[in-house]
Amino acid sequence: MKLKNNTVALDSTDLRILNALQENARQTYTAIGKSLGMAHSTVYDRIKRMERHGIIKEYTAVIDTEKAGAKNIIAIMTIFTDPKESDKVAEKLCQAPQILEIYTSLSEELLIIAKVVAENQESLHEFIASSVAPLPGVSKIRTSMITKKFKETRFLIANNPKKLTFIKETSNKIGENKR
Amino acid sequence: MNEKMKSRILRTLPREKAFYFFTSIGNYTGESAVSFKEFIDKINEVNVKSLEFHLYRGDFEKWTAETLEDQELAREIGKLRGKNYSGAILKRHLYNTVVERYSQLSKTF
Repeated sequence: MKLKNNTVALDSTDLRILNALQENARQTYTAIGKSLGMAHSTVYDRIKRMERHGIIKEYTAVIDTEKAGAKNIIAIMTIFTDPKESDKVAEKLCQAPQILEIYTSLSEELLIIAKVVAENQESLHEFIASSVAPLPGVSKIRTSMITKKFKETRFLIANNPKKLTFIKETSNKIGENKR
Repeated sequence: MNEKMKSRILRTLPREKAFYFFTSIGNYTGESAVSFKEFIDKINEVNVKSLEFHLYRGDFEKWTAETLEDQELAREIGKLRGKNYSGAILKRHLYNTVVERYSQLSKTF
């Protein structure tokens, strides 16, 4: 891993370790080292460095909420805003537990796109009417409720490792490593 | 009703207490009303789909009773709900109901 122009470039060893972690983050350093043909101490050092630089942000569990019995509804909300207020609206919405993901997008006009969770349609509407529509700068909202999921995945290092570079000053809150 | 109560019903509300017009669950039109007077104007302006959506959910009754604090107007709007009006007819009846109440409140005010 080399530091260049305030970015962290990853070498092929780092990428192979990341790929192994994305397949199974509960593997031991020894198991990763064995599968990749390197010493467990190398694996340990590389992982710790990537944690320090915020490249590995956290270790978490991916839960199938449907199997866990959650009956929530998910919706995609598109918020049309005054461009001057857009970041403030997005930052405010980040504080709401109902917002799962939030992005700004520049197409013909500046939009905020958010994934929202709610117990039912009524609580979704209540949240949008009382907490989103009143925010200064919000000019219109379009909401689509998700009825069926065909695919959900995360970006995997294995998808395109050659093009990856990371900013050095990324957030670096590391979850407990319980491997 | 005393003048103080009338004055309270006709006051301008803070933005977070406004009535926000939607056409369906989560679909906000961008129109809102922060006072009784503005509520009248918006009834005339918004898409009738929005009026149908809110009337049959009881949103107008709830807002007029709990936020504007005008129980009389809430009752009158509630009566419209039982008549199953839709489209332009609903808009006309709702508009007339609200304007009539506004006249009563502002006459002696």
